[in-house]
Amino acid sequence: MSGFWFDPIGFLILWFNALLKGWGIPGDLVLFICYVVGAFILATCALLLVVFLIWVERKIGGRVQDRLGPNRVGPFGLIQPVADMLKIFTKEFITPDGVDKVTYNLAPILSVGAVIMIWAVVPFAISVYGANLNVGILYIVAVGGLGELGIVMAGWGSNNKFALLGAFRGVAQLLSYEVPMVLSLLIPVMFAGSMNLNEIVRAQTVPFVVMAPIAALIFFISSIAENGRAPFDLLEAESEIVAGFNIEYSGLKFGFFFVGDFLHAFTIALLFSIVFLGGWLGPYSDQIPILGFIYLMIKTSLIYFLGLLIRFSLPRLRIDQMMAFNWKLLVPLSLATVVFTAIVDKLAPEDNLIVRVIALVLVNLIIWLTMQEIIGRVFKAHPPRRLVMHRRSESNDLESPEESDPGSVPSENPAASS
Amino acid sequence: MPMQIFFLIVAAVTLISAIMVVTVRRMMHAALWLVMSLFGVALLFAMLEASFFAVVQVLVYIGAIAILVIFAVMLTRRMMDDRGPQTNQGWWVALVAVLGIFGGLSAIMLSWPRLQVGPGIRPADNILTDFGTALVNPGQFAVPFEVASVLLLAALVGSIYVAVDHKGGKG
Repeated sequence: MSGFWFDPIGFLILWFNALLKGWGIPGDLVLFICYVVGAFILATCALLLVVFLIWVERKIGGRVQDRLGPNRVGPFGLIQPVADMLKIFTKEFITPDGVDKVTYNLAPILSVGAVIMIWAVVPFAISVYGANLNVGILYIVAVGGLGELGIVMAGWGSNNKFALLGAFRGVAQLLSYEVPMVLSLLIPVMFAGSMNLNEIVRAQTVPFVVMAPIAALIFFISSIAENGRAPFDLLEAESEIVAGFNIEYSGLKFGFFFVGDFLHAFTIALLFSIVFLGGWLGPYSDQIPILGFIYLMIKTSLIYFLGLLIRFSLPRLRIDQMMAFNWKLLVPLSLATVVFTAIVDKLAPEDNLIVRVIALVLVNLIIWLTMQEIIGRVFKAHPPRRLVMHRRSESNDLESPEESDPGSVPSENPAASS
Repeated sequence: MPMQIFFLIVAAVTLISAIMVVTVRRMMHAALWLVMSLFGVALLFAMLEASFFAVVQVLVYIGAIAILVIFAVMLTRRMMDDRGPQTNQGWWVALVAVLGIFGGLSAIMLSWPRLQVGPGIRPADNILTDFGTALVNPGQFAVPFEVASVLLLAALVGSIYVAVDHKGGKG
């Protein structure tokens, strides 16, 4: 019985295997059934987790913004997501006129599926993972691309200009931020010598966040952008394009995008803690797998909380700021980090871990200070343009037109006054 | 046997999607069928236990190229109602070229001795490491790899040059 408490999933898999074999099912088929059942359970757990995440997010969001959050239904409002779910289930399935039916209906499924597919390679404990893929990191990046496809399909299939604009923005943003994300993921792969997520976890006797803090920061920022959350929620900027790519969706179909978004936020925290914080590694986690799962969840919750704090406290960026931040800062920074980390990692003695870690921390520090120096000089030479709000009454008083953009609303339009 | 059935299904889906790419009337639908076809190819790679190529197929072809194609389609005028003819006068040239390529590939494939061997071509476990070292080994593929990189870089620079505003914008 102690086997169950230390490693419940492994125990259940063994039991299930033995049960099927006892029924006289051939070995190949048993494996196949096990994979199907495992995938089904994992995906269901992920989707059920969202119910809880919605409550967490709303509650923490409320607290951060000095509100109460859900507090009516059940203790601490815990049953609120269930009530919301029931409401969304009973809504009518609306397919607006003029939409492209297959594309329109496929898009929400694709955007949830792309997130859940990531869970297939996540190692939850030493013995619990879906597929032990030797290209795990690459798989995660590739599956992220399917999410972009979902957004494009939603935007185009909706037959709505705002949806299309949202999709354009979304894909521009997601494709751009994929570059620094992939580059920053190269560094853990380099350290571990493998793209297998399990190997990466095993290699982290010193968590990679210590050895590559800049890469960790870049990965964190760009994965928030990949998720399309504040401050990078340009693709659903309500003040500019109404609701973005999902404007024509309602009821359960909109709920799917919602679920995908919430699950994605948790998944990137999960990935961050696996790739940079050591995943399930911790005291005794190799003997007692359930401890590893608990460590992983603690690390993930911390990162998730950090993401929520950022989401609920920062305002939205402008689209040019967002693009400039990516292409002028994150991409060069991540390129420099990859190159210099590779050189230092190669030069540092392989058997002496302490020297290696100190060297890597130092090189990160130097890169960071250089970046600050360069940014300081650039800002001194070209002070960043401030956004000038052109209100008619003010621009009449202002007699200095050199501050304003050429494309701005003219203060006095003779054609309009005539 | 189950693998064969699965292979037949995947191959059929890939081929049908490929035919749909050139026969459907809406450009956008053609692009989406292209995605489906490429996904089928990725599944074929996965069935050959070449997970690296399967993932790269999805990453590069679906995640990047198909998205690019979709963008190009979206930016064309009147993408919502394409009523023009689907072929132009040179359709027979394309047909001859396609048949020639198909015949040539088939001939090479059939004369390839390992094709008749059947199952047993299993990739080694460290195929990814071998692949990686082959790309940086001067005796193997380092030079072609670098040349391809330079070509891509040139394409990148060229596209930026084409796209940049030369009319005296602020730069």
